[in-house]
Amino acid sequence: MNVNLFQGEQVRLGMLNPEILAKAFSRWDRDSEYVRLLDGGAGRMFSAKIIQSWIEKDLEKDLGLDFFFGIHAQENDHLLGFISLFGVDWNHGNTWVGIGLGEREYWGKGYGTDAMKVILRYAFTELNLHRVTLGVFEYNPRAIRSYEKAGFVHEGRVRQELLKDGQRWDVLEMGILREEWEKRYASLN
Amino acid sequence: MDIATQLFEGQLICLGPIDHEKDAEIESKWTHDPDYLRMLSPKPARPLSPAMVKKKYEAVEKEMDESHNTFYFTIRMRGDDRLVGFIKIYWVEWTHGNGFVELGIGDPNDRGHGYGSEALRLILRYSFAELNLFRLSAMVPEYNPAALHLFTKAGFVEEVRRRQALQRDGRYWDAIHLGLLREEWEEKVKGE
Repeated sequence: MNVNLFQGEQVRLGMLNPEILAKAFSRWDRDSEYVRLLDGGAGRMFSAKIIQSWIEKDLEKDLGLDFFFGIHAQENDHLLGFISLFGVDWNHGNTWVGIGLGEREYWGKGYGTDAMKVILRYAFTELNLHRVTLGVFEYNPRAIRSYEKAGFVHEGRVRQELLKDGQRWDVLEMGILREEWEKRYASLN
Repeated sequence: MDIATQLFEGQLICLGPIDHEKDAEIESKWTHDPDYLRMLSPKPARPLSPAMVKKKYEAVEKEMDESHNTFYFTIRMRGDDRLVGFIKIYWVEWTHGNGFVELGIGDPNDRGHGYGSEALRLILRYSFAELNLFRLSAMVPEYNPAALHLFTKAGFVEEVRRRQALQRDGRYWDAIHLGLLREEWEEKVKGE
């Protein structure tokens, strides 16, 4: 109990009011590169107003299937992105994870990897899950590298799943098991 | 194959709509067989009453009508139209031309007669020659070799193995993601 579950080396995970999150999301979605790295679907723009109503609805539902956090830089507390466990299969102990860094100046500096490490510890030591799964696009090598660093193992590729700029791209799937996580992070806990 | 080719008719079975009057009673019986449910879905197995199945049918048709990315068919015997299963294409992403396929043959006595393979053959032609999809995915649990065999025989290959993603009967099992590209399907039907 001497570990702050929400605290990493560079980031802390937190939760802000829906109107602040919604403004950030609406702004981040105007960056098409961010959107294409985050999601296979075509980028679309929604007002902060409607995004806020979605967040509020999600919070009300709270079925215990999604765990959403804002990612904050420790040095200035800025909200730089989000990370979320979603689609938790409680009966099998599996969950998906998704992460997006909307603030570009924080790209490539280890914030994402750090946030992923924090959420893995949360998934394995607070939710007591058995594994964590993610999908990442072939055209996002920076993310692939980050997930490898956090301990994810390649589990296969969904061939030519996406069509972007006239080219087909694979979706890579990666996973990490509790025992792999324990081995890797035993020294840190 | 030309425009007159019946897309929804095989030798033994055909693809048809839901019959809201009769089907729910039959499907409710299927869901009282836990093996059937566990072969199909990672969700906790639980039996459905006919009323619950009816509600599900309404939701399926509403989804088909409104979302345009689900295509649900019942599998019925040619001749007497008896319900034997279902097959669906779902999660279609039109931007990328991809989708998922799932099927079930409800009564154990109806399995092993080729109804599933025939339904899959029909739905592949529908997916690639009518919906014009580029690829299809199927999710199969490691403990369902019959489904693995069915999809592999139709040309699907294993693409992802989600290690230990399923826990049943006191042990872990992999979830297997299979895929089939349109060009692979075309090559395969040319040879048949």
